[in-house]
Amino acid sequence: MKSRHIILGVYLVFLMLPIYWLINMSFKTTTEITTSMTLFPTMPTLQNYHEIFTNPAWFDGFVFSLTYVAINTVISILVALPAAYAFSRYRFMGDKHLFFWLLTNRMAPPAVFALPFFNLYSAVGLFDTPWAVALAHCIFNVPLAVWILEGFMSGVPREIDETAYLDGYSFPRFFVKIFVPLIASGIGVAAFFCFMFSWVELLLARTLTNNQAISSIMTRTVSASGVDWGLLSAAGVLTLIPGALVIWFVRNYIAKGFALGRV
Amino acid sequence: MAVELENVGLTVRGAVHIHPTSLRLERGTINVLLGATLSGKTTLMRLLAGLDQPSSGRVTYDGRDMTRVPVRKRNVAMVYQQFINYPALSVYENIASPLRVQGVAKAEIETKVARAASLLRLEPYLQRTPLELSGGQQQRTAIARALVKGADLVLLDEPLANLDYKLREELRAELPRIFGESGAVFVYATTEPSEALLLGGNTATLHEGRVTQYGRTVDVYRHPHDRITAEVFSDPPMNFVDLNLDGSHAHLPNGQNIPQIGTLQGLASGSYVVGFRPNHVAVTNRPGLVPIAGKTAVSEITGSESFIHVDVGGFRWIALEAGVYELNPGTDLTIYLDPARFFVFDGNGRLVRAPQSEGGR
Repeated sequence: MKSRHIILGVYLVFLMLPIYWLINMSFKTTTEITTSMTLFPTMPTLQNYHEIFTNPAWFDGFVFSLTYVAINTVISILVALPAAYAFSRYRFMGDKHLFFWLLTNRMAPPAVFALPFFNLYSAVGLFDTPWAVALAHCIFNVPLAVWILEGFMSGVPREIDETAYLDGYSFPRFFVKIFVPLIASGIGVAAFFCFMFSWVELLLARTLTNNQAISSIMTRTVSASGVDWGLLSAAGVLTLIPGALVIWFVRNYIAKGFALGRV
Repeated sequence: MAVELENVGLTVRGAVHIHPTSLRLERGTINVLLGATLSGKTTLMRLLAGLDQPSSGRVTYDGRDMTRVPVRKRNVAMVYQQFINYPALSVYENIASPLRVQGVAKAEIETKVARAASLLRLEPYLQRTPLELSGGQQQRTAIARALVKGADLVLLDEPLANLDYKLREELRAELPRIFGESGAVFVYATTEPSEALLLGGNTATLHEGRVTQYGRTVDVYRHPHDRITAEVFSDPPMNFVDLNLDGSHAHLPNGQNIPQIGTLQGLASGSYVVGFRPNHVAVTNRPGLVPIAGKTAVSEITGSESFIHVDVGGFRWIALEAGVYELNPGTDLTIYLDPARFFVFDGNGRLVRAPQSEGGR
């Protein structure tokens, strides 16, 4: 009994230590970080957070990132819903191949797409806008959302669709009134995965904007006086928060989501 | 309303699911589709409802061609064997759903739902969701939804198959009464001959995607046109034996002869197939019966009745006797057949003679 607790405790410390260290650093001054190793901030300061919320260079980065993440999540779900319904309910020529091909999109590294996207978006004037990143992320998020939603949709008996038609529902009305509530948890999980991918993705976000995304701002914050550790840590802590919030909403369905809805 | 199928057939990727079928189902009647699993009952219902499109023929309601009319534009209700409800809606909203779509006034919805709920005894559960109910209550919710709609055509696809015994008996007795008032065409699919007989009305027997016979349930039961219909409409299964008639005697495959009496009387010489129901096979003698020597294979006791499986010269017959018979497998057993209760079929399986009905008409 005792040893079990110890093992679990060691594991938790191991997991939480980096996060603790990040939070710890975010409340220290850079001088304290670089000169001594302390478990607690000796002179706790909110200066780092204050800097981020008042300096537009930082604050706008968060807003910019949240904007393209939100746009991307909405587009991905709206596109994936009808696609997943078709894959789940209809048999058509090549449906299985097409379904698999969707997933293979996720197997290509983002770097492969960075160059064509950069050139294309520059040509049509999308470069350096939230839409550029949002659309680019769709290539990874739409297939993932389709797969997750298809799994959830296939768990709903086809007879429910038919009963709705027998009751006189038109397709759009059935879809919105009857079907979407049945797969609400699936939509939540799919949205979560889209959000997380888009939020942490660095390469496309950096290539397709002029260093506007928060992920790319964080990676270039090296000033003349060296790395501003405290400021970077505070930005890191703030970056964790949206993900933590979203995961809290879908915590009960997350395992089903990782299994692409097939549990 | 009368629903009519005119040469309706369904072929899917070269496989015939329904052979061209013509049927006319009248308003206010109960129509039973009787057949084993995979005989095409559900497919036929889906064609009637318009959930599937026939590959040939027409479906008409009151003479109007409905073949290409989408389901939601027809006034049809269906209850599935699985309990299908909208899990996200309350029982009340489930029942009200077709009325809401029709745009019925709120007050009218309330009275109609209340009436259906009281008929199906769902009143205490209206605010729950279907998944919080027992199976029987879920199915009653589905039936209530089919009822409030006031559909012209009500399709029940083995609605009681997944319910426990007591609830089945109860609902089976109520269903014809509940839907009878609505004047709808009422179609009920079942695998059980006894259910068809209890419901009465008309019966269509199905076998491998073909309607073998359609008529009054009792008529189909007493006068099956062919051997397949007799087989479908018999539970426990009907016993069959090949007979050779020579004008005075019938020769059984085991070498035994029986006199040509009962329904065999006066039949021309030749080979025939004879069928008789298990309840017409006795293990005790009565006047007019003919003895046959056999061996017990299995005897099953169900309580007040015993099923005795008997091997007779390569055939296995089943006898249904009142009382408890404990017979060891392999023991010699003389059974007694009643030639007056023989269904006689010719070599092609067409009915030649049927027994006179007991107790008359």
